[in-house]
This record gives sequence, C-alpha cells and structure tokens, in this order.
Amino acid sequence: MSLITITEVRKSFGQNEVLKGINLDVAAGEVIAIIGKSGSGKSTLLRCINGLETIDEGSIVVAGAQLAPDEVHLKALRLKVGMIFQGFNLFPHLTAGRNVMLSPMVVKKVSQKEAEAEARVRLEQVGLGHKFDAYPDQLSGGQQQRVAIARALAMKPLALLCDEITSALDPELVNEVLAVVKALAEEGMTLIMVTHEMRFAREVCDRVVFMHQGRVHEIGPPENVFADPQTPELKQFLGVA
Amino acid sequence: MMTFSTWDIVSNLLLAARWTVLLSLLAFVGGGAVGLVVLYARIGRKAWLRRAAGLYIELFQGTPLLMQLFLIFFGLPLMGLDVSPWAAAFVSLTLWTSAFLAEIWRGCVEAIPKGQWEASSSLAMSFVEQLRHVILPQSLRIAVPPTVGFSVQVVKGTALTSIIGFVELSKAATIITNATFEPFTVYGFAALIYFALCWPLSKSSQILERKLNVAHHHH
Repeated sequence: MSLITITEVRKSFGQNEVLKGINLDVAAGEVIAIIGKSGSGKSTLLRCINGLETIDEGSIVVAGAQLAPDEVHLKALRLKVGMIFQGFNLFPHLTAGRNVMLSPMVVKKVSQKEAEAEARVRLEQVGLGHKFDAYPDQLSGGQQQRVAIARALAMKPLALLCDEITSALDPELVNEVLAVVKALAEEGMTLIMVTHEMRFAREVCDRVVFMHQGRVHEIGPPENVFADPQTPELKQFLGVA
Repeated sequence: MMTFSTWDIVSNLLLAARWTVLLSLLAFVGGGAVGLVVLYARIGRKAWLRRAAGLYIELFQGTPLLMQLFLIFFGLPLMGLDVSPWAAAFVSLTLWTSAFLAEIWRGCVEAIPKGQWEASSSLAMSFVEQLRHVILPQSLRIAVPPTVGFSVQVVKGTALTSIIGFVELSKAATIITNATFEPFTVYGFAALIYFALCWPLSKSSQILERKLNVAHHHH
C-alpha cells in the first residue's frame, strides 16, 4: 500500500496551469527525486503535498490524511508529512534547540523536558548536538539546514518533503546536508525531494520523476531514467541529446 | 487687578499637564488593546473581517481626530447616551490610536518573511500558534520604534480635547491666558511642556531603532 497517493492533481495560478493532472504513488520508505526545468511544476507539486498550496482538482492523501483547505485537515496532514525548504526558514529569535522544541511543545503539547530531550537527540542525529544554544545567525548555511531537518524530524513525520534544500548553500556545505539526507534514506524515511543534485539522486533514490510542463513526463528507477532516457525532453534536460 | 507670577502660570500648567499625561497613557493603552484586536482581524483568515478592519482603519485615518471627537461628544447624547468630556476624549483617542497602531503593526507583521509562515505551517501550527510563537515575537522588535514614535502623536492629539471642554494642558493654557492676558508667555510655557513630554519619546524611538537595527535579535 502506498503512503502517499496523488491522484489527478490540477493546479493553476491564474490562467497558468502549472499541474496538469499529476498521478503519483509513493510507498513507505521510498526515496523519490523530482527533477525538471524550473517552471515544470515540481516545487508546486511538493508544496501541495504539504498543503502550502491548494489544489484545484484531484486529491492528495498521506497515510489516510486528506488534503483539504481547512485548518483541521491541514494539521492532520502536516503531522504526517514534514517539509524542508531551500531557504532553511529557521526561527531567528530562537536558539537551534528551541527551534526544534517549539512545534512539539506547541502543537503536540509535549512537556518542555521531553521536548528538550527529543531536540538533543535530533540535533545529535544531524551532527549538531553541540549547537543547541546557538542562534541561527551564528550557524553556517549547512548547519542551519541541518537544524531545519532536526526540527522537522522532531515532529516524527512519516515522510519528509525536501524542496531544493541544497540550492542556497555554498558548494562546500552541500555534502554535509546530503549526508544527513542519505542517512535518513538508509534508516527508511520516506523522502520526496526536488533536487538539482543529479549524482545524489542517482545514488540514493529509488525512483526519479521527471516533470515537464506540469506533467509527469518520465518516471522510473534512476538507472533507467538517467542511463536510458526515453523522451527527447528528458534527453535534453540531462544533456545527452 | 490681580497679578500672576511666572510660577503661578507654570505651576498651574504643570498641574493641568497631569491630565494630558493621564489621557495620553490611557488612550495609548486602550488604543493598543483595541489595536491588537483590529490587527488580528486585519491579518486574519476571514475575508470579511479583513475588509471590516481595513474599513475601520481607513475611516479613522481618513477623518480628522477633531471630527471624531465632535461626533462622539455631540453624537452619543443624541442617542440618549450622556458622555462627559473625559469619556468622549478617552473613547475617541482610543479608537483613533487603535486604527493607527493596527496599521503600523500590520506593516511589521508583513515585514516578516513568508518563509517563517511556511515553516511554521509545515510544522502543523495553527494560525494563532504561528502568530503567538513565531510571527509576533519577531514583529515586536520591528514594531517598538514606530510604536513609541506614534505615542508622540497621541500626546499631541490630546490637545484637541480642549475644544470639547476637557481641561488638560491646552485648555488650562487658554483659561490662564484669559486671566493673565499674557498669551505668548502662557502658550510658550505650554508648548515647552508638550515638548518636554514628546521629545524624550521621539528620541527614545530613534535610539531604539538604532539599537534594534545594529544589535542582533538576541544579544
């Protein structure tokens, strides 16, 4: 059974239809890379899964939680699926530890003591146990992104959405973030990532989705998609045409 | 004819200035409280509430405070509500202040990057939880200087209440002038007292702005 079921999803911004009927099933533990040109709809699709964008038609279900625009449904959905952003979006007024503790305490009413213990475990997991009391502006981009991952993990989601999470990083900081993601994948976390890191996608992902003009244009295991692209659009995108 | 010493004039003005200070404080606190409610409506999820709050702000920003004072002082008695100058002054200054503060604060909330909303949304926080824990703590820092700066407008706004007969600094100055026939001296001192009240406020607004800009959020 699939953990995430995306059925015939359509989405327009004004006159511009960015998702033209997307179907995608993701099994628990699967690692999916979404690739494609900018404007192909890949980030929009990811944001829909988390309810940051509404959809016009179709449905998205994550482990029984259906995407709907009201706060109750959104909360149920977001408790199942977390998200990491390109721009980290840490809360600048809180320490790294407090960033991780906030949502469990506020949303799940976890006690401060428990939340702190959980936060220490999660920060340790991303290699930042010693930065518990550092503020975001005292951390490098790579460290901030790892805190953001710890923050999402502290909510114990079933799946994580990663929206170009290394695109804002200096090249030398990319690997420390990818290493954390890889470790998550190996532990069996369900991941959907929009990425430009083709090598990483090839190494880590179970399936690669190539999006083109609002549709899933090609989909398959990385060895097929990368080594044997079927369509001229994918060939061009990969630079093998 | 009676003569008045300078001290007579100044001491009486200072006594009346207490009412200016009290009215300013009350209007500022009341306006802040109402302003928070208006702010919540203005940035909230309900479209009709947003529009209603927008209209409220436009209305109070788009009409002179003096008209608002008159409408409350002369209008409410027409509806059978007897209002003292005190009450009329307090109510109109509170409403007026709330509209301006709500608009100032809306700007501060909107200055917070969209990513902060998205990150807290993705962590399953509700709108109120986002405001309370993520957005308002950050907007507060930006809001302090303009809010303190606006308090100067409130202090000066209280002068208008002299027209409906509320005895504060300006009204006292008029009364004293009528007795002493020394308008320049009396109004000069009154202006000095206003300045002494307002200048520290605008100065501290400037200092706060510099501090909150230079020093980081937490240090």
